[in-house]
Amino acid sequence: MSAHDHAGHDHAHGGAAHGSLKGYLIGFFLSVILTAIPFWMVMTGAIDNKQATAVIVMAFAAVQIIVHMVFFLHMTPASEGGWSMLALIFTVILVVIVLSGSLWVMYHLNANMMPGLHEMRQMP
Amino acid sequence: MPESLTKFIFGRLTLESLPLHEPIVVGTFIVVALGGLAVLVAITYFKLWGYLWREWFTSVDHKKIGVMYMVLGLVMLLRGFSDAIMMRLQQAIAFNGSEGYLNAHHYDQIFTAHGVIMIFFVAMPFVTGLMNFVVPLQIGARDVSFPFLNNFSFWMTVGGAILVMASLFVGEFARTGWLAYPPLSGINYSPDVGVDYYIWALQVAGVGTTLSGINLICTIIKMRAPGMTMMRMPVFTWTSLCTNVLIVASFPVLTAVLTLLALDRYVGTNFFTNDFGGNPMMYVNLIWIWGHPEVYILILPLFGVFSEVTSTFSGKRLFGYTSMVYATVVITILSYLVWLHHFFTMGSGASVNSFFGITTMIISIPTGAKMFNWLFTMYRGRIRFELPMMWTLAFMLTFVVGGMTGVLLAVPPADFVLHNSLFLIAHFHNVIIGGVLFGLFAGIAYWWPKAFGFRLDPFWGKVSFWCWVLGFWFAFMPLYILGLMGVTRRMRVFDDPSLQIWFVIAAFGAVLIAAGIAAFLVQIFVSIRKRAELVDVTGDPWDGRTLEWSTSSPPPAYNFAFTPVIRDNDAWWDMKKAGYRRPLNGFKPIHMPKNTGTGVILAVFSVALGFGLIWYMWWLAALSFVCLIATAIGHTFNYHRDFDIPAAEVAQTEEARTTLLAAQA
Amino acid sequence: MASTATTADAGPVFYLEEEHAHAEGGSTMLGFWLYLMSDCLIFAMLFAAFGVLGGNYAAGPAPKDLFDLGLVAVNTTMLLLSSITYGFAMLTMDKGRVGATQAWLGVTMLFGLAFLSIELYEFAHMIHEGATPQRSAFLSSFFTLVGTHGLHVTFGIVWMVTLMVQVARHSLIEANRRRLMCLSMFWHFLDVVWIGVFTFVYLMGTLR
Repeated sequence: MSAHDHAGHDHAHGGAAHGSLKGYLIGFFLSVILTAIPFWMVMTGAIDNKQATAVIVMAFAAVQIIVHMVFFLHMTPASEGGWSMLALIFTVILVVIVLSGSLWVMYHLNANMMPGLHEMRQMP
Repeated sequence: MPESLTKFIFGRLTLESLPLHEPIVVGTFIVVALGGLAVLVAITYFKLWGYLWREWFTSVDHKKIGVMYMVLGLVMLLRGFSDAIMMRLQQAIAFNGSEGYLNAHHYDQIFTAHGVIMIFFVAMPFVTGLMNFVVPLQIGARDVSFPFLNNFSFWMTVGGAILVMASLFVGEFARTGWLAYPPLSGINYSPDVGVDYYIWALQVAGVGTTLSGINLICTIIKMRAPGMTMMRMPVFTWTSLCTNVLIVASFPVLTAVLTLLALDRYVGTNFFTNDFGGNPMMYVNLIWIWGHPEVYILILPLFGVFSEVTSTFSGKRLFGYTSMVYATVVITILSYLVWLHHFFTMGSGASVNSFFGITTMIISIPTGAKMFNWLFTMYRGRIRFELPMMWTLAFMLTFVVGGMTGVLLAVPPADFVLHNSLFLIAHFHNVIIGGVLFGLFAGIAYWWPKAFGFRLDPFWGKVSFWCWVLGFWFAFMPLYILGLMGVTRRMRVFDDPSLQIWFVIAAFGAVLIAAGIAAFLVQIFVSIRKRAELVDVTGDPWDGRTLEWSTSSPPPAYNFAFTPVIRDNDAWWDMKKAGYRRPLNGFKPIHMPKNTGTGVILAVFSVALGFGLIWYMWWLAALSFVCLIATAIGHTFNYHRDFDIPAAEVAQTEEARTTLLAAQA
Repeated sequence: MASTATTADAGPVFYLEEEHAHAEGGSTMLGFWLYLMSDCLIFAMLFAAFGVLGGNYAAGPAPKDLFDLGLVAVNTTMLLLSSITYGFAMLTMDKGRVGATQAWLGVTMLFGLAFLSIELYEFAHMIHEGATPQRSAFLSSFFTLVGTHGLHVTFGIVWMVTLMVQVARHSLIEANRRRLMCLSMFWHFLDVVWIGVFTFVYLMGTLR
C-alpha cells in the first residue's frame, strides 16, 4: 500500500464507515439472540451434557464477538489501510497463544509439582 | 503531634526509614546530594531554568525528547554500573571466612536494583531515545504522530526512574531479584517498602513505554514520506516498528501481572500466595510472557543500527534487505513462543519443555541470517573503520558467542545443569552488553553528528571502545567458567577459595569497563570542547544513505523544509546519485505542534501517587490521583495545540544553512 | 496529492513543493485502536489468571453458590442497550444534530450507570455473604477480572461526561467528532470484553 493514501481515508470516515441504522439494528438483534440462547441453555440446563453445553456457549460467544466487531466496531479489511485488521489479527493470535499456553503450561506444572492440588482445593 | 495523626500523614514513613545507619548509603547519599546540588546551583547561576523549561522539558520536538531519553539512560547507567562494580568487589573479596563489605540486606537490594535499572532505566530509555530521534528523520516526517504523548511518555519514564532513585535514600529497594518472584515478593516475606517501590516504579514507567510504543507505530505507519512503501523503509525503521509492536503487545502483560502482585500485597487477594488456592508458579509463567519479548525489544533496534552502520561504512547497499525484514518479523512473532525456557526447571515436564526448547532454537535461525547479511554486506565493500563500524565488528564477534551459549541453554537437559548459575549470567550479559550496549555506542557515535552538528572525538572513543570490549571479556568469561563449575548467581560469600581467582579477574574486567565509561564521558566532554574542529556543516558526515542525512545537523525544528519524495531504499544515496539540489526558495509556512508543560505535571502527580501508595500515605495517593485525572481532563479542553512556523522564518533558517555550506565550499 | 517537478525538464522529483497535508489527527483512530489492542492483552492476562486459578475455591464458595444468572442477564441487557444507543448517538452525530447526539449520549450513560449499579449490588451481596476477594484464588481472579471491566466502564462514563461538556461548548467540530468516535470504539470494545466475561466467568463457571 502506498504511504500516503490515508489522506483519502480519513475523510471517508464521514459516511459509511460509521455504519447505518440498519447495520446497528441488525447487530443489536443478532447479539440479543446470541446472548439469550446461551443464557437460556445454561439457566434451564436444556442439554444434559455439560461439555456439549460449554462448547456451544463458547461458539456463540465467538460468533457474537465477530458480530460486534462487524456491526458496532465497523471492522473491515480496508479500515485504516488494513492496519486495524492486521493489529486485530496479531492481537487475537497473541491472546490465543497466551491463554492456551498458560493453561497448558500451568496444567503440567500443577500435575507435576502440586500432586495434591485436587484435594487441596477443598482445604482452606 | 498525636501518633495517629503522624501515621495518617506519613503512613509508614518514619525517621527509621532513612538508612542513616548504613555508612555506604549515607556516603552515596552525600555524593549524590552534593552532585545534584552543584547541578542545581549551576543551572540557577547561569539562569538556565527558563531555557531548560521552555526549550527542553516542555518540548514536543521528537529530537529533543530523544536526546533527553539518552541523557536519562546515561545518568541511570552510572547508577546501575555502580551497583555492578559493588557486586564484583564484594564477590572478589568475600572468601576465606570474610563477609566482604556488604551485608546481605544491602547486597540483595544491589543485585535487584542493578537488574531493574539496567533493563528498565538504561536500556529502555537508550533504545526509545534512539528510535525517537532517528525514526521520524528516516521516514521524512516532521514529528511523531502524537507529539504531546511523546513528551508525556518521556516524563513518565523519568518518574519511574525517580522512584527507583528515591528508594536508595528513603526506605529501601526490593531484595527479590529483578523479577520479584512471589511468594518472596509477597507481603508475608517482603513486608517492607522495597517491592512496592519496584511495583510502582515499573508501573509508572510502563505507562510511558506503552504509549511511546503506540506513538512510534502510528508514526511509522501513517507519516512516511510519499514513495516510501513498507519495503523501502530503512532497516532501522523496520526494526523500530517491530520493537514497538512488541512493546505495545507485551508491556500490558507486565502491567497486568504487577497489578495482580500489587493486589496480593495491598488488598490481600490470593493470586500468587501459598494458601487459599494461590499459585506462585502462575506469576513466573505470566511475567515471562512479558519478559521474553522484552529482550527482543532491547536487541531489535540495535540490529537496525548495525544494519545502517554496516552498509554506510562499507559503502554498499545492505545485503539481503528483504531477508533482513522477514527475519525481523519472524523474530517478532517467535518471541511470543519461547517464554517457558526461562523456567525449564520449574517442572512442567518433558512435552512442554521440548516444545519450548525447540521454538527457542528456531529463533537462532533468523538471527543467524542477519549475521550473514551483515557479513555479506561487508564482503568486497570499501570498509571505513570509524568508531560506529568498530563497535559493529566487536558486536559481531561478541554476540555470536553469546548466541551460541544461548542455544546451549535452550537445550532443556543442559539448562537443568546451568539454570540459575553464573553461566546464565554470563550468557545474558554477553548478548545484552555485546548486542544492546555495543549497538547503542555504535548508534551514539553514528548519529551524534546529526544531533549536535559535530562529531565525537575519535581518540577518546577508541579508548572507551577498547576498555569496554576488553573489560567485557575479562568480566564475563570467568563467569562462564564459574557457571560450568556450578556456582550459582546472587551469592554473597563463598567457601571454596579456589574460585576466588576467577572473581578477581571478573572484578578486573569491571574496572576496565569503568574506565570505558569514564573514557566515554571524557569523549563527550572533549568533543564539546573541540566542537569547532569536529564540526560538520554538510549534515552528511559519513556519506550516509538514508534520509536523516539529507537535512542539516542539527536538523531544524521542522526537520525538512519540503517533504521529500522517496524513490529507493537508500533514499538519500539515490538522491545524491540523481543530482539532488537543495531547494532555495518557495518556502511555505509549516504547521507544528506547540510545547506544553502538561506532560511534566502529569508525571509529577504520578510519582506522588506512587510515593503515596508505597508509604501508605492514602491521602497523598487519593489527592494525586484526583489531580492526575483532573489535569488529564483539563488538557483535553485545550483545542489549540498547533501553530504555524511562518514561511519567512523557514526561509531564514534555510538561508543560514546555504551561507554555511557556501563558506565550507 | 499535488507534487510538481523541481525542474522544468521533468527531472526526478525529490520533494513536494506543495505542503503534504497530514490531516490533523489523521493517526488518532489507528493509535486509539492500538491502545485498545494493548488493553485487550491486559484483559487476556486477567482471563488467563481466571482460567488457571478459577477452579481453586479453597473450600470456599463456588460459582454455583454465588452467581445469579438472572441478574447477570439483566446486566448484559443494560450493556447491550447502551451499545445500541451509543450507535444511535454516532448516527445522529453524522447528521450533525447536536441535541439528539447529546440526548443519546445521556441515555447511553444511564444504561452504563445501571450496569455499574447492578454490578456493585452483586459485589456487595457476595461480600456480604463472605465471598470476599481474599477468600480464595477463584474469588480474587473473579473480582479482579469483572472489577477491571467495571472500572473501564466507570472511566468510559467519566469520559462521556467530559465529551458532553465539550460538545455543548464547541458543538460537533472535527476534533469532538474524532473524540466521540474514539469513545465509541472504547465503549463497543468493553462490550466485546463483556461477552468474554459472561461466557467464561458466569456461564462456564456455573457449568463447572
